[in-house]
Amino acid sequence: MAKLRQIAFYGKGGIGKSTTSQNTLAALADLGQKILIVGCDPKADSTRLILHAKAQDTILSLAAEAGSVEDLELEDVMKIGYKNIKCVESGGPEPGVGCAGRGVITSINFLEEEGAYDGIDYVSYDVLGDVVCGGFAMPIRENKAQEIYIVMSGEMMAMYAANNISKGILKYANSGGVRLGGLVCNERQTDKELELAESLAAKLGTTLIHFVPRDNVVQHAELRRMTVLEYAPDSKQAQEYRDLAQKIHNNAGNGTIPTPITMDELEDMLMEHGIMKPVDESIVGKTAAELAAEAAAA
Amino acid sequence: MSLTVEQVKERNQDLIKEVLEVYPDKTAKRRAKHLGTFEEGKSDCGVKSNVKSIPGVMTIRGCAYAGSKGVVWGPIKDMIHISHGPVGCGQYSWAARRNYYIGTTGVDSFVTMQFTSDFQEKDIVFGGDKKLEKIMDEIQVLFPLNKGITVQSECPIGLIGDDIEAVSKKKSKEYDGKTIVPVRCEGFRGVSQSLGHHIANDTIRDWIFDKGDKHPEFVGTPYDVAIIGDYNIGGDAWASRILLEEMGLRVIAQWSGDGSIAELENSPKAKLNVLHCYRSMNYISRHMEEKFGIPWVEYNFFGPSKIEASLREIASHFDDKIKEGAERVIAKYRKMMDAVIEKYKPRLADKTVMLFVGGLRPRHVIGAYEDLGMNVVGTGYEFGHNDDYQRTTHYVKDGTLIYDDVTGYEFEKFVEKIQPDLVGSGIKEKYVFQKMGVPFRQMHSWDYSGPYHGYDGFAIFARDMDMAINNPVWGLTKAPWKK
Repeated sequence: MAKLRQIAFYGKGGIGKSTTSQNTLAALADLGQKILIVGCDPKADSTRLILHAKAQDTILSLAAEAGSVEDLELEDVMKIGYKNIKCVESGGPEPGVGCAGRGVITSINFLEEEGAYDGIDYVSYDVLGDVVCGGFAMPIRENKAQEIYIVMSGEMMAMYAANNISKGILKYANSGGVRLGGLVCNERQTDKELELAESLAAKLGTTLIHFVPRDNVVQHAELRRMTVLEYAPDSKQAQEYRDLAQKIHNNAGNGTIPTPITMDELEDMLMEHGIMKPVDESIVGKTAAELAAEAAAA
Repeated sequence: MSLTVEQVKERNQDLIKEVLEVYPDKTAKRRAKHLGTFEEGKSDCGVKSNVKSIPGVMTIRGCAYAGSKGVVWGPIKDMIHISHGPVGCGQYSWAARRNYYIGTTGVDSFVTMQFTSDFQEKDIVFGGDKKLEKIMDEIQVLFPLNKGITVQSECPIGLIGDDIEAVSKKKSKEYDGKTIVPVRCEGFRGVSQSLGHHIANDTIRDWIFDKGDKHPEFVGTPYDVAIIGDYNIGGDAWASRILLEEMGLRVIAQWSGDGSIAELENSPKAKLNVLHCYRSMNYISRHMEEKFGIPWVEYNFFGPSKIEASLREIASHFDDKIKEGAERVIAKYRKMMDAVIEKYKPRLADKTVMLFVGGLRPRHVIGAYEDLGMNVVGTGYEFGHNDDYQRTTHYVKDGTLIYDDVTGYEFEKFVEKIQPDLVGSGIKEKYVFQKMGVPFRQMHSWDYSGPYHGYDGFAIFARDMDMAINNPVWGLTKAPWKK
């Protein structure tokens, strides 16, 4: 058996992390890899396409019922889905209460102690939105994920988030062994998207590992709570995910220590590509009405 | 052989230099500002205070939770104070600070009991609001005679953002307007317990005073006073209260030793607030002055000299009847005080004392020692502010060594070099100094004795100091290497 590979998908909220990761992991399963998905999002939707189920018993909800996480057994929380992919969801509190970050820490410790990673080729962590606190950085700490894949698009905020996540990786890169595996661009059909994604990858000292084109078949599959790989294995999109899976599979050991850039540098990059115009300082902070009044006066 | 003031100052300066030498440069520079020698005529003690302790040193300070639960709220006897968070904070502050009270514990009084929400991992992850509600429900069933509840926040409450205010309001409504006070005294806030006092004072303002007059049937008199900042440790407030009553005043509230919620609620009806611990309750005294026009006066009931001055000071706010009352009280106890001094002064005269305590004691007890002919040669505050060090100038002698937020190392070194006849500090310090062969008295808990306030207290104080210093045991100890 090959050495266990631990990977994680990070990215701005709503960018398509869960969709991309599940399709890619399904493709890896097609390649014969034994996979465990650890959902690290209180919404617990990181495994629904694999399990065909909207939500499942999460580690934290069961632990709360049972009294504590020590009262749980691995089989209580682990579900088997498409191609024997093992799935667990950390779960967490409803929005606005408690500490979801602590929940992630609790869950991952539980999985390690219970030997959830035994006999597995890939563990994949799917982590919510931004790295908002120490809890959500848990998967990139020592002895957890070695490679991080950042899902992004050509949108400003998605690239901003990718840069921020790189900062988080950099923080732990030297103390632990975490590396940036690469960027995955999930096409939003913004201007010059491929060009921008490649440029950002270069700035961050990594590569754009794959550009996933937009295709409605993904939506059709999602409505059926399925991955494209399962729903339409012969589609062009399924092949895209297979390509991405193959690239990740071949990417072992090729991760880099990212070189995050400043906000100014990020804006400069957008300007270079003509996405953003140089800021006209005279209009900053002025409302449309004020600008109209100025134009009328001129 | 005794040193002149100039020699003492020089020795103290050398000593400060010596203790600072072991620190890294940056630490030495910061600690230097907290150590000094009092110069006669200055408006403060020349030391910096109320700033963060330095990591790595052993500070004697507590936290904001300690200031609220341990000091201000905890002694209110007919309310239940929930230590909200993991079990440790409540467990280690269980039984309070010997804040004596009259009542039946577990029935109508709860000071020495421990109530905690005992947070588990799931409460951190999912929030503890539901658990808090359940605890309040259980309290209603198990302790129906409780008159109110406070929620004393431990650190995690502030980190996970539990809405204890919403829970308190909801449960208060459910229980017909029962007073439920959420206190945001998370331990990580501020630099010491001092912020906890302030936060607790503010909650009394917001959750007690602002709820309106709960006792319209209360009939006032022109002689109503409230004792503020006496925690009744070993019965201190009782020994103080009788003096005020004997001089003709009516004590309508004790804050907070042996205090009740009704007393808190009625305090705005006092004619004068008499304030003992300025540090922990000046905030609410100032508020009552601004909002209700109640003047406040600081007093000191340690030792006959200060008691006499304080009784006259308090009486000066009232008519001749009370002024005569004060003189009558002073005269009545004079004989007893003379007897105490006659007995103990010969045994204690010229003995030297070093203090390190909190609140008001680093200055307030100096007069009591001086009444016995003793000299306080060093003092400092755990969590004092500059206004405390200003007030201290009225008590200390020229050349007194001053140490703010003293570290374990500094205190040991100072005592080792100065060799006082007595050290007065807390339980953590006690055995260090006794093992050094230096007599010691705990000046937080009165070493399980007390009261030390008032005339009755002074007799006990004098006996205890004599017992510590002149204990024959000190003559029996011999280091094994000194045959």
